[in-house]
Amino acid sequence: MSLKALWRGLADTGRLMVGVPSYQAYCAHMAEAHPDRPVLSATAFFRDRQQARYGGRGGGRCC
Amino acid sequence: MRSANRIGWGVVALIGAGALGVIANARGEAINAVWVVIAALCVYLIAYRFYARYLARIVGIDPARPTPAMRHPDGLDFVATDRRVLFGHHFAAIAGAGPLVGPVLAAQMGYLPGMLWILAGVVLAGAVQDFMVLFLSMRRDGRSLGEMIRLEMGAVPGTIALFGAFMIMIIILAVLALIVVRALAGSPWGLFTVAATIPLAVLMGVYTRWIRPGRVGEVSLLGFVGLILAIVYGRDVAASATLAPWFTYSPVALCWILIGYGAIASLLPVWLLLAPRDYLSTFLKIGAIATLAIGIVVVAPPLRMPALTAFVDGSGPVWSGSLFPFLFITIACGAVSGFHALIASGTTPKLIASEGDARFIGYGAMLMESFVAIMALVGASIIDPGVYFAMNSPAAVVGTDAASAAVAVTAMGFPITPETIATTARDVGETTIISRAGGAPTLAVGMAHIFSAVVGGRAMMAFWYHFAILFEALFILTAVDAGTRAGRFMLQDLIGLAVPSFRNATSFLPGLIGTGLCVAAWGFFLYQGVTDPLGGVNTLWPLFGISNQMLAAVALVLATVVLFRMKRQRYAWVTILPAIWLVLCTVTASLLKLFASDPRVGFLAHANRFADAAARGQMLAPAKTLAEMRRIVLNDRIDAILCALFLAVVASIIGYGIRTCLIARRSDAPSVIEIPAWPAPAE
Repeated sequence: MSLKALWRGLADTGRLMVGVPSYQAYCAHMAEAHPDRPVLSATAFFRDRQQARYGGRGGGRCC
Repeated sequence: MRSANRIGWGVVALIGAGALGVIANARGEAINAVWVVIAALCVYLIAYRFYARYLARIVGIDPARPTPAMRHPDGLDFVATDRRVLFGHHFAAIAGAGPLVGPVLAAQMGYLPGMLWILAGVVLAGAVQDFMVLFLSMRRDGRSLGEMIRLEMGAVPGTIALFGAFMIMIIILAVLALIVVRALAGSPWGLFTVAATIPLAVLMGVYTRWIRPGRVGEVSLLGFVGLILAIVYGRDVAASATLAPWFTYSPVALCWILIGYGAIASLLPVWLLLAPRDYLSTFLKIGAIATLAIGIVVVAPPLRMPALTAFVDGSGPVWSGSLFPFLFITIACGAVSGFHALIASGTTPKLIASEGDARFIGYGAMLMESFVAIMALVGASIIDPGVYFAMNSPAAVVGTDAASAAVAVTAMGFPITPETIATTARDVGETTIISRAGGAPTLAVGMAHIFSAVVGGRAMMAFWYHFAILFEALFILTAVDAGTRAGRFMLQDLIGLAVPSFRNATSFLPGLIGTGLCVAAWGFFLYQGVTDPLGGVNTLWPLFGISNQMLAAVALVLATVVLFRMKRQRYAWVTILPAIWLVLCTVTASLLKLFASDPRVGFLAHANRFADAAARGQMLAPAKTLAEMRRIVLNDRIDAILCALFLAVVASIIGYGIRTCLIARRSDAPSVIEIPAWPAPAE
């Protein structure tokens, strides 16, 4: 594994630990599956995920 | 298995057996902590390679089957995620304060019972539960534990489980808040650094909201620098005659501050305080755990706590009750934790890319948490046992000054001088370390010993102590905030069963009432714990342990039911055996907490002792008025009712579980409700 890929993996892990999945993966999914639908901007995507993690039911973490 | 492989696993087994042999053969002389670490790692490796693989085989893990993330990917909630990235997510969600506190409290019986239970518990119960629940939820589109119980067992047990989960949440929040109170009362340095995280988090929140949205790493780094500055400056605050009083509070005052904080924080927008502090606490937690692991291996400290102490008979000062059943509820997280059933049926099953990853994430992450618990046990066992008991005994036993504490602890059989107690307090930058029960301060002393041996020596010890306190307080406060919000929704769902409009997540009034009730509930138990004559931890931690292990039993009953409904009942012993053990421990512990004649163990005996004294017009410490006497009696009776409620929850779930299993046994075909084994048609 290249150093760059390792860094990407670590950054992705860190972000998902606090509930933010990969924005690139989201864009790729939207482009492939729903090219006709509007795509959230990076900021809107981040805010949406933040609200989903902390604002709704089952804001999950353990004791 | 290839022969090279066979030899490799044989070597692992030999090393593990050798390390356990060293531990078992230590007769009085101190053994090195590294043996414990090696023994634990070998046990984990073997369990993961053999037992977890067996579990995956008997439930029929099929990497070709589509997971929820493959059936309806949306790039948001359902995303097929790399297994290593998802492991980090899942581990960060399950590992909190629990595995750090329980083992420290259990160390009063010596390190050996705790270590054996952590290892046996995780392999045969804890990791099995996490893996099974993750598997169940993954086969049901990521449904929650409550929904799955409703789906597979019926509506009534589903509601009972929901109610049980809410009660556990309340007790967890109270006991976590109590730990913070015990750590920060009369500690201006500690309170200043923790208080500083609030404006710091708000600044971070503003930064991620408007200045550089989404730059989580960047803002966390800035926040981390702020935290270090707060710790460094905290020493000056504590030394200043004008500033120190601003941050010096009695436990009762801190209790009210925390209740007020919880109410306000859980009503603020999430991006302002909760989210940024969660970034700090999550990364600090992972960093501190990794550093502790490295520190233990590098420093290789000897364990100064005996393998077994005289307190296995139940007469210990930290918590009362004999080894069976109380050790097995004192160490919950790290061995087996029912709360994980809520996490493993939360976001993780929606992110899993292949069924084949379930073993690594479900079973593997729990092994990792267990390792955290082992490290906490090590942290508590490397410090002078005299210091350990001075820190963890209630004031009623050891008094409040170094002289009385030294006499009391020496009389317990752990000789210590008043000078040692005073020096330890001075080394960590505190005025006193006596009666700081709750685990966090003890672990902080242990961590300060290890870290300062690597970086900074004795001069840095106070810094490391407050770093460790901050790291624990930070994620406990995040849990209080997030837990109050989660509890509010649970309560809204429960009340919504009677008044459907109450479920609405966005309307203002139900939210406000839900939050108020939730804060009032944990605030009640927190206040009770802070003013408890036996020190609070002695009352609340067993309640937490009982409820948490009962939830684990409920999750294992669900897993058993599903194995029966899959017509794989001949393998169901993998969940039935741990479920029976947990039921045995929790039911015995609840009955003892209810009916034991020793007032240090039994709630009702304690209530009667105070009620009788009150009837005679006599005051028992710490009560000074008749009203306080009556309040203690009332608290005891409420705790007893709670205990009885937990018993009723677990008994009814077992009843429903057995009934569903018997019905499933009579049926010829599998009756589980799973998502189909073939890909969903494209939308």
